[in-house]
Amino acid sequence: MQKIPVRLRVNGELHDLIVEPRRTLADALREECGLTGTHLGCEHGICGACTILLDGAPARGCLIFAVQAEGMDIRTVESLATGARAHPLQEAFVRHHALQCGYCTPGFLMLLVGGLERDPDLDAEGLRELVSSNLCRCTGYQNILAAAADYAAQLRAARGA
Amino acid sequence: MDETVTQYRIGETRLFGKPLERLEDFALVRGRGRFVGDLSLARQLHMRIVRSPFAHADLRAVDASAARAMEGVVAVWTAGDIADLPPIDFRDAAGEALRPYRQPLLAHGRVRYVGEPVAAVFAIDPAIAEDAAELVLIEADERETLLDATAAPGEFSAGHDTEALVMRADYGGIEQVLAAADVVIELDVQIGRHSGVPLEPRGAIGQYDAGRDVLCLWGAAKVPHRNRDALAKALGRDQAGIELHELHTGGGFGIRGELYPEDFLVLVAAMRLDRPVKWIEDRREHLMAANHSRQQRHRVRAGFSKDGELLGIDDDFFVDQGAYVRTHGARVPDMTIGMIPGPYRCPAFRAVCHFRLTNKTPAATYRAPGRFEGSFVRERVMDAAAARLGIDPVELRRRNLITAAEMPFARPMKTLGTNIIYDSGDYPRLLDAALARFGWRQAQADAAARRLAGEPVGLGLAIFVEKGGIGPRDCARVTIDPGGAVELVTGGASVGQGFETAMAQICAEPLGVDYRRVRVVHGQTERIAYGVGAHASRATVMTGSATNAAALAVRAKALRVAGQLLQARPEELDIVAGAVVRRAAPDLPVMGLGAIAAALAPDSATLGDERPGLSAEEWFTTEHMTYPYGLHLAQVAIEPDTGRVVVERFLIAYDVGRAVNPMLIEGQLVGGFAQGLGGSLFEEFRYDARGEPLSVTFADYLLPSASEVPAVEILLTQDAPSPLNPLGIKGAGEGGITAVGAALATAIDDALERPGLVTRLPVTPQMVLAWRRQTAS
Ligand code: FES
Ligand code: FES
Repeated sequence: MQKIPVRLRVNGELHDLIVEPRRTLADALREECGLTGTHLGCEHGICGACTILLDGAPARGCLIFAVQAEGMDIRTVESLATGARAHPLQEAFVRHHALQCGYCTPGFLMLLVGGLERDPDLDAEGLRELVSSNLCRCTGYQNILAAAADYAAQLRAARGA
Repeated sequence: MDETVTQYRIGETRLFGKPLERLEDFALVRGRGRFVGDLSLARQLHMRIVRSPFAHADLRAVDASAARAMEGVVAVWTAGDIADLPPIDFRDAAGEALRPYRQPLLAHGRVRYVGEPVAAVFAIDPAIAEDAAELVLIEADERETLLDATAAPGEFSAGHDTEALVMRADYGGIEQVLAAADVVIELDVQIGRHSGVPLEPRGAIGQYDAGRDVLCLWGAAKVPHRNRDALAKALGRDQAGIELHELHTGGGFGIRGELYPEDFLVLVAAMRLDRPVKWIEDRREHLMAANHSRQQRHRVRAGFSKDGELLGIDDDFFVDQGAYVRTHGARVPDMTIGMIPGPYRCPAFRAVCHFRLTNKTPAATYRAPGRFEGSFVRERVMDAAAARLGIDPVELRRRNLITAAEMPFARPMKTLGTNIIYDSGDYPRLLDAALARFGWRQAQADAAARRLAGEPVGLGLAIFVEKGGIGPRDCARVTIDPGGAVELVTGGASVGQGFETAMAQICAEPLGVDYRRVRVVHGQTERIAYGVGAHASRATVMTGSATNAAALAVRAKALRVAGQLLQARPEELDIVAGAVVRRAAPDLPVMGLGAIAAALAPDSATLGDERPGLSAEEWFTTEHMTYPYGLHLAQVAIEPDTGRVVVERFLIAYDVGRAVNPMLIEGQLVGGFAQGLGGSLFEEFRYDARGEPLSVTFADYLLPSASEVPAVEILLTQDAPSPLNPLGIKGAGEGGITAVGAALATAIDDALERPGLVTRLPVTPQMVLAWRRQTAS
């Protein structure tokens, strides 16, 4: 199949790629950009392991073609930590044992970072609803919810201060 | 072992039993884990499997010419291209009777389930491989399908019918016991077909390293050493000529890490095509090709005295094994039989298991294999007896529980080749503690009041015995380098359960070091000669005990050598924060472990008669399994309009013997519960009448999400440390799932006020609505 050029802005960095039009964004991020933190669990839009932020909103990387993401601001899990310093949500995940195998984790992190950026006032029910858009097979979600609530409380405290 | 070792007591120090943060998390939260799909090797080819669209058919021709002609396709193999390779063997020496039922790498002659590998395409790009696979034409004459393991057996192949094996266990003279019993309960109950479904699909990379003449499998899991041995045998290579490498693993649950056709194919192709070969399955393939599990139907009779004593169980049951017998042989039925009586005395017992093949995806173990099924059957029996005799179900159970005074309790039968001897336990005590924690009486009163007000709410309770720590032995090697860093090499495997952290804790404890200084090696067959891997809740027990032994040996050596250098008796010394101290002045570091390692270097002037290196390799041996035990207590409400079962409360009470890291154990229990909830209410592999699988996406095979999984309450006790290992641990990978189906079934009965209503899992909303209509009319 004919390949075409596409320019992606990922975590603030430009990537000039040549891909088939049918290449999904998740595949392009993983294979062409070498950012393998975005995972694939179903490739049909249900599990959310591939969740990334597109212009700030959580989106399924497996449901959009790389060529459609041109011009968008793309953020992946690799953008969260700065050097050795983890993002506060990553720290909350560690503290609350919100991951076991860790395969779903990047998706949940991006889902929650994006979700709480857009709506910082999500309460427990809102967080549960948000978290229920992705699947985890290991944790039973309890600790993911605890980590999310912890981070949401930190955001609220920071705003209040 | 010398004085200093015996003086040292676990629990004196700092790490054992603490909910420490995981070592694994640093990389995983940053998206810097390395799962098999993340790895790419230079010049790699991509494999795509062409799968049978027929559930049962005779192959006439497989035409791969169009696929072979495609640009970028390097090879397409059908059965004829690998006719020299044997079918996939059993990992354990299984009965001769099962050999005809093994699965070939690629089907020849006949296909027996939708999804069976028929051809393998190798191409320079995964998309090309996928396109080419679609061009492979399979011509076949369809046969009648067999989709019910309780129907009359059909023909598997010439001379072999689909009843592969009949297994039996029998003690206590069940016929006479039932004839004399006051009441005999008869039930017909079924468990649906579901499986582990890890979030990461399966994958493998085969690589042949010609320079070393070593064949490497990347993406190994679960039992790397035993899989290496099996692969060596099948491929005719020496064991050191195959290396298995575990990477990060996105969930195991029993199904990942078994040897599947694809594992052999990437290895053989890597050799024959002389390039690395990568295979990553998609979700649809996973759901129709990776091991299924669970599906059983039990016709059970049980005799009781009029005051509720369980006199005996007679169980005739059918296992729907699917199309072939895979690596596990008949392990699932074996474990089902062994654990049906569970926590009750049950003086007489007979089980007859019909291990039968059908035209579905082959089945094998999934978390708590045999126990999820057996617990459902046994606890349904207890509830039915309670209803029939008019005895409170909790009271009826209590009367039959094995007591602490009866421990160790030997049942006159075997499972997995070992005698069943419950090592320790106080079941009635845990029952009381769990009822108190749940507030059972109050909850019953509240539920009754809500039911009176028209709300269908109910409670359920189930008790179970788990098993862990299958022997016979495992080893571990601990080495401290001159910088004071500790390396622990194990033959264990990590499937995401926190193995590294737990092992680091066990290792660091006697060494008096920070657990974060312990580098834990697992799943690399070239690093250690032997390993049990991670399955059946044995990693903590077996590998943990071997680790403990090796760390104790290193401790003894460090103190002995330090004693010589410091002119002190070893028993006057201790290790604190990575340095030897005098017990009289524990805050004053005298000599770092690194310095002792340097003094033990092969070229060290101070080596003396010591063997070089601050290092030890030790073995742990046990003949018997450990038996942790627990209870599940559930409260459900049923949404009248939708038939949806909402789990309002769920308590897991579990005795682990001793907890290395309670945070990890609770994580295992809650995660297991969520899977049990799936199998009880949502998940099922369904087939249409022609054997076409209907559950091949996450839209049809429903994993529970955060909306369905409630907050779980945990009561973790350590009343009964195992006498079988020095740490007293029993294993905790499975106790969250074991009796979920049983407890929810009882709670649903209770909510609808119809004892014995639930006879099959999963309980779907459609079933609940139908029941409500029945009740209404
Ligand atoms: S991989 Fe994209 S939603 Fe599952
Ligand atoms: S931690 Fe394994 S899938 Fe979520």
